[in-house]
Amino acid sequence: MRYFSLSKAFMAILSRDLLLALRRRSEVVNPLLFFVIVVTLFPLAISPSQAVLQTLAPGIIWVAALLSTLLSLERMFRSDFEDGSLEQLLLSPCPPTVVVLAKVLAHWLVSGLPLLLIAPLLGVFLALPTAAIPTLLFTLALGTPVLSLVGAIGVALTVGLRRGGALLSLLVLPLYLPVLIFAANAVAASADGLAVTGQLYFLGGLLLLSCSLAPLAAAAALKISIH
Amino acid sequence: MLRTIDLGCERGDRILFSGLNLQLNAGEILQIHGANGCGKTTLLRTLCGLTRPATGKIFWQDLDIRDDESTFSEDVIHIGHHDGIKHELSAAENLHFALALSATTPEFDVTQALAHFGLTAQTHLPAYVLSAGQRRRVALSRLLLNNARLWVLDEPFTALDKDSIGVMEDMLHQHASKGGCVVITSHHSIPLAPDIHRELQLGT
Amino acid sequence: MWYWLHRFSSPAYFYRFAGKAIPWLAAITGLLLLAGLYGGLVLAPADYQQGDSYRIIFIHVPSAWMSLFIYMVMATAGGIGLIWHIKLAEVIAASSAPIGASFTFIALATGSLWGKPMWGTWWVWDARLTSELILLFLYFGVIALQSAGEDKRTASRASAILALVGVINIPIIHFSVEWWNTLHQGATVSKMDAPSIHTSMLVPLLIMAVACKFYYATSLLMRARAELLDREHNSHWIRDALKNHE
Repeated sequence: MRYFSLSKAFMAILSRDLLLALRRRSEVVNPLLFFVIVVTLFPLAISPSQAVLQTLAPGIIWVAALLSTLLSLERMFRSDFEDGSLEQLLLSPCPPTVVVLAKVLAHWLVSGLPLLLIAPLLGVFLALPTAAIPTLLFTLALGTPVLSLVGAIGVALTVGLRRGGALLSLLVLPLYLPVLIFAANAVAASADGLAVTGQLYFLGGLLLLSCSLAPLAAAAALKISIH
Repeated sequence: MLRTIDLGCERGDRILFSGLNLQLNAGEILQIHGANGCGKTTLLRTLCGLTRPATGKIFWQDLDIRDDESTFSEDVIHIGHHDGIKHELSAAENLHFALALSATTPEFDVTQALAHFGLTAQTHLPAYVLSAGQRRRVALSRLLLNNARLWVLDEPFTALDKDSIGVMEDMLHQHASKGGCVVITSHHSIPLAPDIHRELQLGT
Repeated sequence: MWYWLHRFSSPAYFYRFAGKAIPWLAAITGLLLLAGLYGGLVLAPADYQQGDSYRIIFIHVPSAWMSLFIYMVMATAGGIGLIWHIKLAEVIAASSAPIGASFTFIALATGSLWGKPMWGTWWVWDARLTSELILLFLYFGVIALQSAGEDKRTASRASAILALVGVINIPIIHFSVEWWNTLHQGATVSKMDAPSIHTSMLVPLLIMAVACKFYYATSLLMRARAELLDREHNSHWIRDALKNHE
């Protein structure tokens, strides 16, 4: 009898990656701590003045979120590549785009979602008005999945290279700029009491676009890297 | 079942082999010989579709494997240099995952597959406490959890003890007798009946 | 047509064809450059507001156009190489990247030089300059990925994917930067929206643009030949080609 269930395979990959993350907790916690520490550097480096911090807060939080995502990206495919699991995944009847989607979702649950949970605290650190906190969460909810999706392309392209880490940031950061611009601006605008629906729609658009195209690109890139 | 036409592979700008025409029928085991670096591993990876050949085509049941990836991927299983075993997961968890990704319902279940390789005591141990040979045996257990008809095995006997080598040899025989195909590299000489044992010398 | 394309994409034929075409293209580039520079630097009148400093547009604007044009050529060639496995397309993509990056750098450097008399500072976060800077980063990414792999063909295929992802992203980045810029600076007077450009300025500008295209073609063919020699160094057509050369 031959049958193959896509949803079963998707869930298997997702739960395996989550289980692995649970067993290597430090790899999950480190980028999160990095996020918090980078944010605390700014008041020390610039000024503890509430007025200054308030204008910088959206930018600082978003730049820190970008960098922290960058730290955790490699985990998506690197160890699977090194121990041969990636070959097995690509040889399995599961289409590579589904493999990518499952791994991206696992990555986001493990490294994007915690950013979202801890961000309000950092908003308070940086004197962000309470009114802007929901917007911060909205932008993170829409933006961090885009970071994981676009990042997947970058990791897939560099996973076969020995010195892929520094290269990864060079490839991925320019592609992150639209998210950074719109997300940081939305937070700043809502701190000033302005409407931010436009920015949020744009971020939502980016999310849809990257959801539909990034898995294709990442799957093609993985096939090349595994060559 | 498996056929290649004018197959050629390169690594970097070095031509490993070219003009390779192979024909492997159901129930045959092809053993590939050759010195280190002559392209055995590359040939195996090419045959299972991981590496793109520089020239030529590969056919599985008269279909180009590039055109019909989904059918082919259900029919092939590859055990390479790397075991594809997650060190943080137990032997059983590793195999359950492999099972979830295979397209078929095999006759063995995870416990039976591990028992077949004498790993019952290690079922729930995390793979990082296992020895290299034990991990190899976990990887080889995947062959039992899959109804793939084409086995592509890269040095499966490496790190195995005497008993496991015997188990593995029996599995090769059984697979061939059920009409499966095997492409294998090994420095170990495999005792096989000459009518099913085909050999290929690379790099001469 | 297909026959011709197929023949042209064979490395051996291309190598010979490019060898013959380069001197001609180089000569045309030289003539156009001379004409454009003479028209731009001597014949065109000084601007009543900016004086002579505006003349940098004869370099700046064509370079900015080229920077985007070459990215598109590179991504298209990369895509063709990716889909149809044509070696020559991979070579064209690989050879285009450094030329495109140079044009982008020139556009940035001249833009910044122009900024000094215009705004009194070397750098402003003007939307066009910022977009150009990000384009330079995208080029760096493609070049870095190109040179990182041990296997040139694999590296080519990977950087083709990156270039294609970049093509989808360029309009988004451009739009984001434009939007960000209008938000933060209000309506800045954009340098290129001169209400009406005088013919005596427009003609040399267009000549310079064509000269840049020819320069690109010349330098692309030269780089592509070198790249082909490197990639194919153990194929027999190279031995034949070099034998004829002696």
